[in-house]
Amino acid sequence: MDITVNILLTIATAATPLLIAAIGELVVERSGVLNLGVEGMMIMGAVCGFGAAYLTGSPWIGVLAAIIAGALFSLLFAFMTLTLATNQVATGLSLTILGLGLSGMIGTNFVGLPGVRLPNLYIPGLSDIPVVGKLLFGQDPLFYVSIALVIAVSWFLFKTRKGLMLRSIGDSHSSAHALGIPVIAYRYLAVMFGGACAGLAGAHLSLVYTPQWVENMTAGRGWIALALVVFASWRPMRVLAGAYIFGAVWIGQLHAQAFGIPVPSQFLSALPYLATIVVLVLISRNKRLTMMNTPASLGQPFVPDR
Amino acid sequence: MRIELVKRPERSKLFSALSPFIAFALTVMAGAILFAALGKNPLAALYTYFIDPVTQVWQLHELAIKAAPLILIGVGLAVCYRANVWNIGAEGQFVIGAVTGSILPVMFPAATGWWVLPLMLVMGALGGAAYASIPAFLKTRFNTNEILTSLMLVYVAQLFLDWLVRGWWRDPQAYNFPQSVQFNPSAVLPELDPMAGRANWGFVFALVAAVLVWLMLSRMMKGFEIRVLGSSPRAGRFAGFRYSYMVFFAFLISGALAGLAGISEVSGAIGQLQPSISPGYGFTAIIVAFLGRLNPLGIVAAGLVLALTYLGGEAAQTALGISDKVARVFQGMLLFFVLASDTLIHYRIRFAGIGQKSTEAA
Repeated sequence: MDITVNILLTIATAATPLLIAAIGELVVERSGVLNLGVEGMMIMGAVCGFGAAYLTGSPWIGVLAAIIAGALFSLLFAFMTLTLATNQVATGLSLTILGLGLSGMIGTNFVGLPGVRLPNLYIPGLSDIPVVGKLLFGQDPLFYVSIALVIAVSWFLFKTRKGLMLRSIGDSHSSAHALGIPVIAYRYLAVMFGGACAGLAGAHLSLVYTPQWVENMTAGRGWIALALVVFASWRPMRVLAGAYIFGAVWIGQLHAQAFGIPVPSQFLSALPYLATIVVLVLISRNKRLTMMNTPASLGQPFVPDR
Repeated sequence: MRIELVKRPERSKLFSALSPFIAFALTVMAGAILFAALGKNPLAALYTYFIDPVTQVWQLHELAIKAAPLILIGVGLAVCYRANVWNIGAEGQFVIGAVTGSILPVMFPAATGWWVLPLMLVMGALGGAAYASIPAFLKTRFNTNEILTSLMLVYVAQLFLDWLVRGWWRDPQAYNFPQSVQFNPSAVLPELDPMAGRANWGFVFALVAAVLVWLMLSRMMKGFEIRVLGSSPRAGRFAGFRYSYMVFFAFLISGALAGLAGISEVSGAIGQLQPSISPGYGFTAIIVAFLGRLNPLGIVAAGLVLALTYLGGEAAQTALGISDKVARVFQGMLLFFVLASDTLIHYRIRFAGIGQKSTEAA
């Protein structure tokens, strides 16, 4: 029983950064912007979160620094694609390249330092309930944040007027503009929300998952988060499901490596990436599903004519 | 104050030519600020980074070694991006090309003769093309996003190479070091001028590829087809061009060139397979393609510039004690500035005053 609980807990830990980054990108893409810089914003969050936590000794300041770093970094993307109307795919790629380089430079002196771990929640009594106690009341704080984010984003997109406006911008920016909705302003906020989420996801990696700084420690998770949004056909609850499936694959291959299954470890390490491809194929072959759900203006630059 | 874009009636020829230079100038300026922030004398640091690495002949050879894969891959990517096909997995195609090209020298180390090297190069190119055909197939058959699949395949390729050199292909005489056997001399790409420096025939391949692709894009029907389908798939369909053929064509040609770059690098500069054979050439080549304005001849120049950022990064590390990651920062900034300057080709920028009310603010 204990083993099952522990495995479930590690799956949640592996799924949380994917979930946070993906839910942020979902809002960005719902507004019609494709930001391929998730990996770069995430690694910036990871390094800034680690650095701030190490220097101040407080993991909470680390979390805050990561959120700010992610949001500021995404502002660069927003300015380029929204104000200067640059190609979103290329700009997102350059954000990732710049983020990987910049984080490596910032983190040079952090390599090998002992990290500060964000403590798990512990509620006396509730956390001691067998099985569900640890799962529901004894996880790291960002786990709860990730679940709250899914609920909040779901509510915002589908139950509020502003959420409706955001979705309408994503489906047709020119119609939304004609209706007087401030397209660019909405998109700026959406991109920065996505950046803040990616930064927070990075903080989870460097303050919870493996509390230390390692170069390129995101290991493609930003890209998997992007794939998750497609997999979820832009629905928050499906992002939740997808993130946990991927968390399970990630943890499953680690356990398989630990058990000494006679398969080369590299093949097992490749599984999450191969699973991403398989899942993308399964989803995208259903043309109607993707056509119906893809924000229609996704990736197209918009320059308001005055 | 706010920035507004005003569409030009037609694309500006002036800025079309100037934008790479503006981008480079802005990168150098941002670099000066970066060095100053790190507490270095900006001018001296810039000299160390951009000038010092290319003051001697042997250093120019090093530049050519770094530029060759960048140009080869960048030229292929230009075909893709012109056709609006987003192959960002060239790094994986590079690795797989290196692996398939190495089958002969690693598994049959006794094979010698003039035919070994050409066969290796062909197998490398085929391997890269085959690997690139996976995202092309998934895109055309299942409508799967090629950006994500090609990128995921990079990780898979790197892990596969890692397994090969630590497992099946590990040199038993290498004291457990993760590396393959050294290639025998007839499997090594010859150097151009061994007396002067290390540059090998890979650089010549890069130049030839650039000229051939330039001819195809500017003088042949295929180039026209790529341009039409890239700018308007609908118009392309009316003209009878098949988009799915184009996806395959773009992926196969860029995969083949990336594979050729991979085997050239392994057989030329390295001489054996190792767990890591590329400092991110496949990703840097994306910047090369854009800085070269997706024009193969421009890409030759852009490849040399980005090769210089690698050398400068190494120089900054040894001479200034700055992390060599500074090279990645320069590369990222360069791409940012190129994309921003490209805006000037299609738009005029107007700075509107605070007092003015625009429709959006009202």
